Amino acid sequence: MLGTYITFPELLIWLPLIAGILSFFIQKEATAKNWALFASIGTLMISLASLMYSDGSQKSFDTSNVSYVWLPSIGSSFAVGLDGIGRLLTLLNAIAFPLIFIVTYNKQYKNAAAFYGLMLLSQAGLMGVFCAMDVLLFYFFWELALIPVYFLSSRWGGEKRIAATFKFFIYTFAGSLILLVGILYFYQLTAPVIDRAGNTLAEHSFSLDAFLKVSLTGAQQNWLFWLFFIAFAIKMPIFPFHTWQPDAYEQAPAATTMVLSGIMVKMGVFAILRWLIPLFPLAVARWDNLVIGLSIFGMIYASLIAIKQDNIKRLVAYSSIAHIGLMCAAIFTRTEIGIQGTIIQMFSHGINIIGLWMVVELLEQQTGIKKISELGGVAQKAPVLTILLVVIALANIALPLTNAFIGEFMMFSGLFAFNKWYAAFAGISIVLAAVYTLGMIQKVFYGPVNVFTEKVKDIQWSQRLVLIIIVVIIFMVGVFPQPVFNLTKQAMVFIMTKMK
Amino acid sequence: MNAIILTAVWGLVMMLGGAFIKSKTLPKYLAIGGLSFVFLANLWELYTGNPFSLLNVDTKEMLHTNSFNLVFIAIALGATLLYFLLNGRDVEKVGSHVSEYFALIFFVLCGVALSATFNTLLILFLGIEIISIPLYILTGSDKRNLKSNEASLKYFLMGTFSTGIMLMGIAFIYGGNELASFFINNIKLGEGKMPLLLTAGLVFLMIAMAFKVSAAPFHFWTPDVYDGAPTVFTSFMSTIVKAAGFFAFVRLFENAFGVVQPQWQKLIVIITVATLLIGNLTAVFQQSVKRMLAYSSIAQAGFMLFAVFALNDKAKEGLILYSAAYSLATIGIFAILIRMNDYTIDGFNGLARQQPVMAATATVFLLSLTGIPLTAGFQSKFYMLMAAIKNGHHFWLVIVAVLCAAISAYYYFRIIQAMYFKEASLGADNQPLVLATDVNDRFRALLLVVAALLLILGAYPQLLIDWLHYRP
Repeated sequence: MLGTYITFPELLIWLPLIAGILSFFIQKEATAKNWALFASIGTLMISLASLMYSDGSQKSFDTSNVSYVWLPSIGSSFAVGLDGIGRLLTLLNAIAFPLIFIVTYNKQYKNAAAFYGLMLLSQAGLMGVFCAMDVLLFYFFWELALIPVYFLSSRWGGEKRIAATFKFFIYTFAGSLILLVGILYFYQLTAPVIDRAGNTLAEHSFSLDAFLKVSLTGAQQNWLFWLFFIAFAIKMPIFPFHTWQPDAYEQAPAATTMVLSGIMVKMGVFAILRWLIPLFPLAVARWDNLVIGLSIFGMIYASLIAIKQDNIKRLVAYSSIAHIGLMCAAIFTRTEIGIQGTIIQMFSHGINIIGLWMVVELLEQQTGIKKISELGGVAQKAPVLTILLVVIALANIALPLTNAFIGEFMMFSGLFAFNKWYAAFAGISIVLAAVYTLGMIQKVFYGPVNVFTEKVKDIQWSQRLVLIIIVVIIFMVGVFPQPVFNLTKQAMVFIMTKMK
Repeated sequence: MNAIILTAVWGLVMMLGGAFIKSKTLPKYLAIGGLSFVFLANLWELYTGNPFSLLNVDTKEMLHTNSFNLVFIAIALGATLLYFLLNGRDVEKVGSHVSEYFALIFFVLCGVALSATFNTLLILFLGIEIISIPLYILTGSDKRNLKSNEASLKYFLMGTFSTGIMLMGIAFIYGGNELASFFINNIKLGEGKMPLLLTAGLVFLMIAMAFKVSAAPFHFWTPDVYDGAPTVFTSFMSTIVKAAGFFAFVRLFENAFGVVQPQWQKLIVIITVATLLIGNLTAVFQQSVKRMLAYSSIAQAGFMLFAVFALNDKAKEGLILYSAAYSLATIGIFAILIRMNDYTIDGFNGLARQQPVMAATATVFLLSLTGIPLTAGFQSKFYMLMAAIKNGHHFWLVIVAVLCAAISAYYYFRIIQAMYFKEASLGADNQPLVLATDVNDRFRALLLVVAALLLILGAYPQLLIDWLHYRP
């Protein structure tokens, strides 16, 4: 059945999509919660099962790639597939949602059915982005992932939610439209679609293969590159396109913030690896100094702001900008080790940042406070939470044995090979990350207990379980990252050959 | 051919019938029945390639039918049918001459069909006038409302002025043409630069058409007329009529002046940019939804002008899609607006709680107007952009257009924000104000149908486009 009637990427997209649509019709809040949890665990099972067919054989190809006729007259098809990077990110997406649902299980939402429905729809959109093998389809999912998040944040977010979310929406929408123009220009250069009998079905094609076959001149690449890159840079976000991000993260409901920062920003990094580098190798080489410079500047800039933050949510948000900046810089070094490091760091950062947001959320659920200066002494009241947080925080500053160490070490090696000064400057951000992360832990978890933290209780078993799973993943990837390298090996080889 | 004759006949029947029909609801059913028949007759003509033998008049090549314009007429008729079903009751409320309002709309449709199939400049003129004159009357149909009167007069004065310019353009072209013919594909444009008389004629025709489709800088009548006219007729004017104007615009410039496109393309570029910028930037500042939609219709016209700019096969497909997507979404949003008690954006606050179906469908309509994927609005904008890029000139125009589309998200999403994320204000008795009246299940079901059509076309636009290449 598998591979003949249905394939993994289809299952990964359709299951959350259908479950999400059905969720809107559920009446009871508890049913909606359980339904979403159930569906997301189902998606996780499929994602894990797809890893068993990742050996690069014909069978694994058949079960992971499919293409249907969609818009024949313009040469677009519903083509989805999983390569190594796609598998890794769909896995991240599939792991994240059940964990998010469990941690926020106690939270009450008005109109919960719609909330969980939209969450599942955003998962489906993200799956589509990671699986699309057709440029138009990719664009479809790229925008569709945004719409549920827009509604989630504007409806269930904090006080200034409407303005903050709208800024985020307009930013990304404008970026996407410029991307669309770039795609359409590129499309005019592709070869016609011809069937076996020799008839021309469409003048041009939107398939990834057709795009890859186009050879652009350097001059064309140089400006088309920006039409694509700006959209991706806004999504990641890279300085100076980052201004929407702290507001949006702060105002969105916790569960959505986790999706935004854990998975959605990876759309940008993923898109650079999947589309930008193979399509514009010359332009990537041409603009590398500029992009790396912006990224590194953004890293230090965001880290400095993070140190000054009193709002714990904004602190985590700025720390995320710094981390993403490093990933972007490492990709543009065009070194194998840097890109490999980015790939593993996409997964690790997703896990770590979701873990951090969970701790922030659990604290806020109990105290209702976001200000670092008003908290203190939580460690005495909630020792288990504190231990788990410290591990996640250490992963956030990339200590050895944690997953982030592998990625950051490799990315810095790449940066070092590219230019020692860049590496040195970027290295400052490691120190700064330690300053703000450890400073936050010190102020919030240690020191005397105050009136706000007096009544804090330790976390429940289900929340413990989730954080323990995250800690386990942190150590597993940190100590034994080889499976991840094996998974993404072929995709790596492909990227490197394209770059030469 | 079917559509032209049948709409004219049925318009006459309804106009005369108005003298005998005393019932106020009967004209609506007559209109819906008649229009359904015309719609089916048009589909039959599209399917078989021939009109009914009774109506198969020899037009001496003055009219030209092919699947392209028959599909367009089908869209216009189908959209009007949905409009009748959604807004039939509201037409009854405008005044006492219900039957005549419907009759006038049938005449407009006759004009739409004429201006979609014209093959000579005379028929084009006839079509445009048959569209315009009933609209002057419909605009002023709310007789006791000063704003409606003012709008009608304004529309009439400006409209006749543009008609004059159009006639002059036609005369110039006739005079400057060596073949002395009105047939649009029979205009001898000469080698290299066009003769002065023809150039003047072309510019006059362009101005007149730009006026009819409310493109900047000939758009000044639009906001006042759309705002002053009874809302139910604004809905009709700003959708089907506007799309018909564009269809005529594209056909005229493709068939008559397509070969010398490089000579006039710059003018269209200027008009397009002005229309996009003025429409979008002004819409941002509107507080009344009705006025906002008037400016949004100018903004959308900017996108439709891409079809005139590009003039290739993708542009034609895009125009067909755009007509369907824009008409359906705007008719839908107007149908909702008519039921609202307060036409300001704040009047939509908290609608999602009181009328979930209305709010959900309004969201689909607005997303489609913005051009979010999976809605027909996206596909139509997408085809337009594709056509413009395929044309290969003035690439920067496309960038301007997408930035304007991003601006348009601002004002369309304000309504979504009001409906979903804000609460209704409280009335005197401390209860939330009732936001919408006269909403029944039939209305909701129809809204759902329109929304579903937009989503289906958004996911699979091939359903419509394939008909363009249909050969009986």
